[in-house]
Amino acid sequence: MSEHQGEFDAVTGRHTTGHEWDGIKELNTPLPRWWVITFYLTIVWAIGYWIIYPAWPLISSNTTGLLGYSTRASLAVELANLETIRGDKMAALAAASLADIEKDPALLALARAKGKTVFGDNCAPCHGSGAAGAKGYPNLNDDDWLWGGTLDQIMQTIQFGARSGHAKTHEGQMLAFGKDGVLKPEEIVTVANYVRALSGLPTRKGYDAAKGEKIFAENCVACHGDGGKGNQEMGAPNLTDKIWLYGSDEATLIETISQGRAGVMPAWEGRLDPATIKAMAVYVHSLGGGK
Amino acid sequence: MNKTVNPKDLTSDGDNGPLYVAHKKVYPQSVSGTFRRIKWGLMAVCLGIYYFLPFVRWNRGLGAPSQAVLIDLPNSRFYFFFIELWPQEVYYFTGLLIVAAVALFLMNSVGGRIWCGYLCPQTVWTDVFYAVERLVEGDRRERMKKDKSSDPMKLERISEIVLKHSIWLMIAWWTGGAWVLYFYDAPTLVKELVTFQGPMIAYIWIGILTATTYLLAGYMREQVCTYMCPWPRIQAALTDEWALNVTYRYDRGEKRTSVKKAAELRALGEQVGDCVDCYQCVAVCPTGIDIRNGPQLECIQCGLCIDACDNVMTKIGRPKRLIGYDNDINIHRRQEGKAPIYKIVRARTVAYSAIIAAVGGFMIYTLATRSLLDVNVLHDRNPVAVKLSDGSIRNAYTVRLLNKSGYDRVIAIDASGPANLTIHVVGADSVTPDRPMIVIPRDSTSELRLLVTAPAESNTEKSIPVRFHVTDIGLGEAASATDNFVAP
Ligand code: SF4
Ligand code: SF4
Repeated sequence: MSEHQGEFDAVTGRHTTGHEWDGIKELNTPLPRWWVITFYLTIVWAIGYWIIYPAWPLISSNTTGLLGYSTRASLAVELANLETIRGDKMAALAAASLADIEKDPALLALARAKGKTVFGDNCAPCHGSGAAGAKGYPNLNDDDWLWGGTLDQIMQTIQFGARSGHAKTHEGQMLAFGKDGVLKPEEIVTVANYVRALSGLPTRKGYDAAKGEKIFAENCVACHGDGGKGNQEMGAPNLTDKIWLYGSDEATLIETISQGRAGVMPAWEGRLDPATIKAMAVYVHSLGGGK
Repeated sequence: MNKTVNPKDLTSDGDNGPLYVAHKKVYPQSVSGTFRRIKWGLMAVCLGIYYFLPFVRWNRGLGAPSQAVLIDLPNSRFYFFFIELWPQEVYYFTGLLIVAAVALFLMNSVGGRIWCGYLCPQTVWTDVFYAVERLVEGDRRERMKKDKSSDPMKLERISEIVLKHSIWLMIAWWTGGAWVLYFYDAPTLVKELVTFQGPMIAYIWIGILTATTYLLAGYMREQVCTYMCPWPRIQAALTDEWALNVTYRYDRGEKRTSVKKAAELRALGEQVGDCVDCYQCVAVCPTGIDIRNGPQLECIQCGLCIDACDNVMTKIGRPKRLIGYDNDINIHRRQEGKAPIYKIVRARTVAYSAIIAAVGGFMIYTLATRSLLDVNVLHDRNPVAVKLSDGSIRNAYTVRLLNKSGYDRVIAIDASGPANLTIHVVGADSVTPDRPMIVIPRDSTSELRLLVTAPAESNTEKSIPVRFHVTDIGLGEAASATDNFVAP
């Protein structure tokens, strides 16, 4: 800092900057030299940084830096390392049968950990982070399964989905009895009450149970089976238990019967590798509802 | 005031001067005597422990580290002889810190800053570095002369400087090296380090500690105590009038004059002191102060001035301890012709000792009775409860079992709470229905998924406490944890 040759303030023995506000003058108190040098060094450092590391965006790319370093590339390396570290464990997972995985505490822990992460990334948007489900999306913690709750069945559902368009997907849907004109509105109300009665829910006053049974036998037994016990081949739910995918109140049942239902579960084969799907099946099975 | 003035023409009123007094290099002289011997002894003990402790072995059985003192960061374990601490037990270090702090207070109320003078790492390593300096460059006078010499670049002088710094760096390097040995099996790490196969982080730490030791003990020395360390300020607030501090007993020191003059004056019946103004006490002081000016912030209570003055007193045939560990109360009592009194047992020292005993005792008690089996339970949050097809209700929990012992355990899990509940551990085949059993390998934790199901009719309440018991079926050792059973 060059010596300011302007005014001199006799009281403090220092120069002023020459700036004055309402008669108050500013003393020239320069920063300590080491401070200023440090400041300039940071600028030099920053310039070095720009040159050495990727920094400047160009129109369609960016400067790559002299070191050829990028966080993206180093992330790829780290991920590859991780794969090597985990390689034999994942290979063991891929090699073991589903039942064996559940019997081996180490493999089970690995599959659950892996499955949980993958589930969170892929399945949680529909089934919820803890697989608690939502209206129309099954709760995977309970023991009620549309397409079957054994390890193999769960794995199959994950692989191929339901009504997913995959060649091996689960097919079967709830018809729209009202919309298609198969049942009259009052018949729908009657059969809805019959279905409620199946699982012990109260029914509307004055509803005709015999008529309900007849309508059910003619239209619903084909899929839901005698007595409404359901059929996992077709994904037809058990209507006698306490678990309802869309709801058990009369209005919801009327809507279901008249409009039909056909929820879609995507197929994950091809999007996730077999070992990962296996891990996910084990994870879902271990949530507690698996058969 | 508006005309230009040359600042050099003005006499400043002082506020333009430098903010700090320039550092004056201290050249402590070697001295021998009681306190110097104590210092050598303590230095040997402290450094001996520091440098060699990592090599002490302790048999913990197969597969466990055999190093007596080991901070095993990758596995989150701390080993201290027969004690093994888990991350869940870091609170023991809190206890240790309390004991250490109160012990410092206790030392302070008994003997002032004796920690600083004898045990503080800064003092110990500075003392080592001074010893090296004295050995290579000579004692106080020689060093002063050499530093002042206008022609310092003689080959002899250069080789001296190089030798001194090499030894310093070697000590500093050894200091950093010993540090990393506490974090890894010492003999293995030494082998790896010398063959340049050691982990990078070890070399980095050795580098950092080599640099700081060299800098702090070689250059900063007493400035660390005077300017950087907060303890002098804190201890000044903690001390009291009974604490024994290195004190110049002015009651028998004044007035100061040479031996010959003193004799003459005494013959004339004049009052003279024992101090012969020889400045020996100042020459040996590692912080470069004159203790005869009274208690000072810089004094680290090392007692070297006592040794120096004792030597002088012996030579001139006067009683020793013109400087000694004492306090002002006793100086006044002596002046009044009364016998000095020393009160080590005072409210303050008793209270400090009691705290140390209480905290220490509590730590030993908890350490001796701590369970080597532990269980933590975490309730599933999403969903908190699941209704099954038959209407029964199930809650899921994540159970973490900790087996801190050196043997594998077979653990049985029971739950008590709502009536008629059944429990199931995912992946566990149990011989006894409703009593899952799992093997937990030694020195490890296991995370389990535990399902608790209660029949529909038993759940009238929204939330019922449920208690989980884990039992080592071999040894009967048990632990338990409580959570809630929630209805949807
Ligand atoms: S005054 Fe005496 S006790 Fe205090 S630091 Fe100096 S030599 Fe040590
Ligand atoms: S060493 Fe003793 S005699 Fe010499 S100046 Fe110090 S107090 Fe006085």
